[in-house]
Amino acid sequence: MAYMRSVPRAWRERKIKYQLLGGKCRDCGKSFYPYRQVCPACGSTNVEQVKLPERGVIEHFTVVRTPPTEFKEYAPYVLALVRLEDGTRVLAQVTDVEPDEVYEGMEVEVVFRKYREQGPDGIIEYGIKFRPVR
Amino acid sequence: MLVSKVYVAGIGATKIDEHWEKGIRDLMAESSLDALRDAGIDKKEIEAIFVGNMSSGYLQGQEHLGSLLATWLGVPGVAANKVEAACGSGGAAVHNAFLAVKSGVYDCVLVVGVEKLTDAITSDATDALIMAEDQEYVAFTGASFVALNALVYKAYLKKYQAKQEDIALFAVHDHKYAANNPLAQYPRPVTLEEVLKSPMVADPIRLLESAPLGDGSAALVLCSEKKLKELGNRDVLIELAGSSISTEIFSVHDRTDLTSISATVKASRKAYQMAGVEPKDIDVLEVHDAFTVLGVIHLEDLGFAERGTGWKLLKEGQLEKDGKISTNTMGGLKARGHPVGATGVYQVCDVAKQLRGEAGKNQVDGAEVGLAENVGGVGGTVVVNVLKRVR
Repeated sequence: MAYMRSVPRAWRERKIKYQLLGGKCRDCGKSFYPYRQVCPACGSTNVEQVKLPERGVIEHFTVVRTPPTEFKEYAPYVLALVRLEDGTRVLAQVTDVEPDEVYEGMEVEVVFRKYREQGPDGIIEYGIKFRPVR
Repeated sequence: MLVSKVYVAGIGATKIDEHWEKGIRDLMAESSLDALRDAGIDKKEIEAIFVGNMSSGYLQGQEHLGSLLATWLGVPGVAANKVEAACGSGGAAVHNAFLAVKSGVYDCVLVVGVEKLTDAITSDATDALIMAEDQEYVAFTGASFVALNALVYKAYLKKYQAKQEDIALFAVHDHKYAANNPLAQYPRPVTLEEVLKSPMVADPIRLLESAPLGDGSAALVLCSEKKLKELGNRDVLIELAGSSISTEIFSVHDRTDLTSISATVKASRKAYQMAGVEPKDIDVLEVHDAFTVLGVIHLEDLGFAERGTGWKLLKEGQLEKDGKISTNTMGGLKARGHPVGATGVYQVCDVAKQLRGEAGKNQVDGAEVGLAENVGGVGGTVVVNVLKRVR
């Protein structure tokens, strides 16, 4: 498997992944996910950590039919670039919907779901996916 | 130390294939010996080795390729190390070797690109390739490398109202030229219909719009002016006249525009400047078309077409060997093959072949200037190498 088993890694990423914590640059205004200390657009370190909005729109999506090993059992699944209400782009899976029902412009909301297992004896990793707004 | 010109003294490569009988070290040694023979240089004259490779650690459980190759070639003691920049590893190794000679530190260096994907099953190779991306926030989502390029494809189709059938022509183009390249992995033509009916990998990317998995190694001997004088006169002489690397924002979700790769724009402008050429001077071009749409985007970013119109060059026949900008004339990534970390070195070898007039049926008449563009990840790294025939 591609993802090396690591409990510390999953542990330190939990807040950003579970709570959808992004960054907002106080200098250029860019907001981004995940949070990091330096703005990817302008290089400023004047960045605040923000809780990102939980709703957005699918900008582009694809259906993964030949997945990496640890996602084998889930294929085919939808992977999308979602533009959140504040303009931040997030890459995540779209769930609770058939792949052929997904369209660009579809309104989606955040849901907390399982992503992958670190092997049969490893921990299970969770994160944010999107589902259609009902 | 002095600033030297850098010359391509020798080229060598294995066929790109499923090399069941050869390990990664055998492939490296084979292309190296081939390039040394071509250069007419004894291996003991090599002062440094740069090995371009992406995934030997994951796929072979083998790192430390520089020293391994030095021993396997029988030249322990030589300076040697691996250079890694995902699928751009080969080009990056060429760039590092260029700097080493240009600076005057070394007069004679060997660059070897190598990748061996068939030691693994396909899903493990897929795992290896996604390591080019952000493991914690992109690979985590189940994104495959193809899937990320599929998002770029969708963005391009939408922004420019382009048609997939026009872009998929890149695969047909590559296969047409691979048919005459004995080192190509798939030396046979394909039709547009076959491409558009091949299995879907990640919508809208179909199997035959994607570079294949394969094994291969290519090598170059680079030398300084001083070394060249020692080697004596040559009928044909190729200069590595410009070499540049640039980086783009790592992951696509952080980029404002998915349909252009700024690293290609930056690296190419710098390389053009170093070589004293402009896009209109380029006779032969190698673009990193790991997926058809990326080939089109690279044509635009390199300055050969306006935004959103790169596919027209294909349709109008301008990429043919007698066209305005002869492109991927040895089969490109799609059909020559794409042994990941070796690709950037294959590209430079193939450009050199054209400039030396040794491209056989694919020869571009009177080719004097060539460019090779090698890309790591979804454009996270771009290497541009410009070659000139100076004699």
